[in-house]
Amino acid sequence: MSVLRAAWRWIVAFGALLIGRSGGRRPARVRTIPPPPESPAGTRAVIALLLLAALAFAGFGAGYLLDLGNTFLGCSLALGFGFAAAAAITAGKLIVPQEEIEEELGSHEHVDARAEVTAMVREGGEGMTRRGVIVAAGCAGCAAAAALALPAASLGPLLDENILRRSPWRSGRRLVDSKGEPIAADEIVVGTFLSAFPEGADPERLDSPVIVARVRPEELRLPPERSGWAPEGLLAYSKICTHAACAISLFDYPTFPPTQPAPRLVCPCHYSVFDAVGGGDVLAGPAGRPLPQLPLRIDAAGLLVAAGGYSGPPGPSWDGVRQS
Amino acid sequence: MIPGVKGVDERYGAAPFLTKTLRYVFPDHWSFLLGEIALYSFVVLVGTGIYLTLFFEPSLAETTYRGSYAPLHGFEMTEAYASALKLSFDVDAGLLMRQVHHWAANVFVVAIVLHLLRIFFTGAFRKPRDITYYVGLTLLMVALLEGFIGYSLLDDLLSGMGLAIAYGVAESVPVIGANLALLLWGGEYPGADAFISRLYIAHVLLLPVLIGTLIAIHLLLVSLTKHGQFRERGKTERNVTGTPMWPAYALRSIGLGLAVAAAIFALGGLIQINPIWLWGPFETGLSTNGAQPDWYMGWLIGALRLVPGFDVTIGDYTLIPNPFWGGVLFPGLVFAFLYAYPWLERRLRGDRDRHHLLDRPRDAPVRTATGMALLSLIALVLFFGAADRLYVQSGLPYDSQLWIFRGLLVVLPIAVFLLTRKVCLELRANELRPVLGETGDPSTRKPEEAG
Repeated sequence: MSVLRAAWRWIVAFGALLIGRSGGRRPARVRTIPPPPESPAGTRAVIALLLLAALAFAGFGAGYLLDLGNTFLGCSLALGFGFAAAAAITAGKLIVPQEEIEEELGSHEHVDARAEVTAMVREGGEGMTRRGVIVAAGCAGCAAAAALALPAASLGPLLDENILRRSPWRSGRRLVDSKGEPIAADEIVVGTFLSAFPEGADPERLDSPVIVARVRPEELRLPPERSGWAPEGLLAYSKICTHAACAISLFDYPTFPPTQPAPRLVCPCHYSVFDAVGGGDVLAGPAGRPLPQLPLRIDAAGLLVAAGGYSGPPGPSWDGVRQS
Repeated sequence: MIPGVKGVDERYGAAPFLTKTLRYVFPDHWSFLLGEIALYSFVVLVGTGIYLTLFFEPSLAETTYRGSYAPLHGFEMTEAYASALKLSFDVDAGLLMRQVHHWAANVFVVAIVLHLLRIFFTGAFRKPRDITYYVGLTLLMVALLEGFIGYSLLDDLLSGMGLAIAYGVAESVPVIGANLALLLWGGEYPGADAFISRLYIAHVLLLPVLIGTLIAIHLLLVSLTKHGQFRERGKTERNVTGTPMWPAYALRSIGLGLAVAAAIFALGGLIQINPIWLWGPFETGLSTNGAQPDWYMGWLIGALRLVPGFDVTIGDYTLIPNPFWGGVLFPGLVFAFLYAYPWLERRLRGDRDRHHLLDRPRDAPVRTATGMALLSLIALVLFFGAADRLYVQSGLPYDSQLWIFRGLLVVLPIAVFLLTRKVCLELRANELRPVLGETGDPSTRKPEEAG
């Protein structure tokens, strides 16, 4: 409590100082700026506001110590700053000298000085501006810049676009769920989907996650060369949109009329829409190339297994990637 | 004699400089305070940001969550996300600081954009303040990047989705895209473990220092030219009138700074922002419906969604992937236009004079109409960034909205241009408060000043 009492004494002293200074008891002297307005009410208001601010900040301290939660903490600080703001603005408007002053803008033109600068630079640089020196300095500068920029190449794999083309999917690699458990074909019923990953590979890689969805086999319209890729109507596509790398997480499968359009895969970021039963072609939205399809087969135990790699490079497109 | 003054003057001869500083003139107009609001929100950002760095761990190492937020118990997540959760639930005042920091970032960008509008529509970007304007535009670009990186650090679901899109956009840059993305991320998305260190050092050191430096240059340039002022009696191209820095303006400005802090702390205390614990940890194969970025990135999402779906190709080979149009070219053109505008206007008007008096928007109908047209275009794109939310609210199908917005993008800017120009001309013709020229006599106003 003695701390509080000391703080109070300081506040009173400060207030008294302010009040004392606002009075006109000092001897008259030549002023450089106009006298402050006589506003005892303004002075009292400023003191009151500052004391309220002190109270609010103290409230924040108490709230922090007593663990009163986010709302209390935020509001007490807001009140503290708010009262202090009101005090400063009131002081600025009511208890300090008010004046409107005018300043002439000097001319920005210094014609003589410009000529002098030009001459100094020219004359001082005469020795340097020989062609040989300039060319050599240019060479040194460029070489230095190149040398210093070169280590930036260590930031990542350089000029190796094959990183973008490869994927962990191989023929015979089992599909697993997010817990690493193999997926039985009959876990997925018509009209539903789940996310799957290559067994034993890092699921966080861009080329790992696939979306596995089931449609009725008679709905399939895959191109002839992919005829065996969707056993029992089970389709797998890269889960990463070819537009901007978001995960495809919507499977649009109308179960009551109108059942057109056909089943679609949708990316929720920019609404690229891919043909689920026709091989991943773009039906709508900003994506420029089809979603890579992963051929599936069902092994003897009824588990889902990859029957090969993706039909195209997974992930967003880049300058040089093949469209199909 | 104040002892400090004597000491400084003895050593550095600074008394004349101090006099000049204390008598520095601030013309009074509410619209001149927008830049100050940005400045004070930056102060709040730095203060709360330093506090957050004391707790946040920029690490992608995997950990199992054992903190006090029960719904995520046992979840595998990165140290980055776990430490952000800890900040939100287990550090006293941590949630407040996090929310205040996030709100301050939003206020910072809002204030910069409103300030930019004031500068544009009053012609304050003209000589001699054109370079000040370029510095300000650069500041806005850096602020957008800094904000995006800031909320991308936490490795929650939304930040991962945002970074995935950024990766897709980087990869879409012609010729260098694939290598640019691989270099920045240190490998294919989600990138090397060092990637979050790169984001972190950019967010807490490189970009804040750059912003601070640009602010310092901006303010130095402002102090060299002084503020512009609106045409009123006694205000000319050769003077500046207003309140001196000391004491009245200093107190008001400190008051404004404290008020900005009060508003941001009230927002942080009362209105939840980015509740990362609801989004969950990010994994490459996860995304969610209805995700929205912070408002200042919304125009980029809108642009990515509005562009028709095509890549530029030669036969089977991709030359320019689609995200380039909305993610790089569109914002690039908008900023290029803003950078080029002072030069453009000088050329079109043949105006090489220095301008100290500001225009009212009606005084320059073509400029005002151009600005409003651009603003309507960006606003449309921004709103379309929320078209899926608009669908939930209104039931208007996304596909229909797509075509409505594409149509509006062609029609609305032209309509806004014509309408604004008409309004400006009418307002100018029927002056309710005649604009007074340098001599205070309306009849001496030069026609070329009217633009």
